[in-house]
Amino acid sequence: MSFRSAVITFPGSNCDRDMADALEKVSGTAPHRVWHGDAALPDGLDFIALPGGFSYGDYLRSGAMAARSPIMQAVIAAAGKGVPVLGVCNGFQVLTEAGLLPGALMRNAGIRFVCREVKLKVENTQSLFTAGYNAGQEIVIPVAHHDGNYFADAETLDRLEGEGRVAFRYAESVNGSARDIAGVLNGAGNVLGMMPHPERVIEPAHGGTDGRALFESAVRGLVGA
Amino acid sequence: MKVRVFVSLKNGVLDPQGRAIHHAIEGLGIHGVQDVRAGKMIELEVDASVTDAQLEEMAAKLLTNTVIENYRIERVQP
Repeated sequence: MSFRSAVITFPGSNCDRDMADALEKVSGTAPHRVWHGDAALPDGLDFIALPGGFSYGDYLRSGAMAARSPIMQAVIAAAGKGVPVLGVCNGFQVLTEAGLLPGALMRNAGIRFVCREVKLKVENTQSLFTAGYNAGQEIVIPVAHHDGNYFADAETLDRLEGEGRVAFRYAESVNGSARDIAGVLNGAGNVLGMMPHPERVIEPAHGGTDGRALFESAVRGLVGA
Repeated sequence: MKVRVFVSLKNGVLDPQGRAIHHAIEGLGIHGVQDVRAGKMIELEVDASVTDAQLEEMAAKLLTNTVIENYRIERVQP
C-alpha cells in the first residue's frame, strides 16, 4: 500500500522540496505538490506537510497570511477528520496562526536569527510522529528561524504538559521558548508543529540522521511496513 | 474615511524588540526611559459602508493574533 502524502507550497516557502524529498525517500512514494491557491487537496491523503520558509514574506506576522490562504481551509478540514499534519518551522507558525495548535511563535528572545544544530529531548514517544524514538532520547536537529520563541499562557502550558502534548523540548537555550518547548501536538495527536527541521537530517550525507525516525514513524504507523 | 488599528503586545508578553530599542535609546545618551514596548499601526481607507463590527472582525481575525496581541480601533475624523 502506498503512502499518499502532500506538501503544501506557499509563495515564499523554501523547504518544500526538502520535505518532499524526505517523504519520498522514507516512504518510497513521491508526495503530491499542492499550491497555496488550490481549493482542494488530493483525495485519500495519509499525511500533509507544511514546510518551512517565509510564506508571504512573513508579512503581518510569520504564518499569518498563509493560515488564511484557500488551501488552508482544506487542511483545517482534513486535520479535523484526523489526517496527520506536520508543520515544520514556518509550517508550525502557520498551524498556530490557523488555530490548529495553541500558542504563538514570537521573535527570538535574543532578537537574532538562529541557524545551527540544536539538541532536543524527545518528550512524547506515543504519537504517530514520535513513536520511533525512545523516551527521553536526545537527538540533534538543525533550526533556522527568527520567530521561534514559543509563547502560550501558563494555563495552556500546564495543559500541554499534563496531556503529554509537548513532543520535543530544547535541551539547550535556543530562542527563549516557554519551558523550552520545540514542538507541540494537538489534542487528538494528529497535528504536530515543530521549529527544528527533521527533513534536513534524514541521510548520512546531511551530516545526521536523527530526523529520519519521525518520517519512518509516520509511514509505519499509517501504512504499515 | 481613515481607520487606524493600533496593535500592541499584551502585558506579560516579552518584547525583545522593545528591549533592543530601549538599549539603543540609552545609547543616544538619553536616560530616564523606563520601558519600551514596540507595536504597529495599520491604516485602512474604508467606505462609510464598513461597519464597526466588520472592523472588529478584521482586527480580531487577521490584523492581530489575539494570543499575544491587543488592538485598538480608531476612526479618524476627516
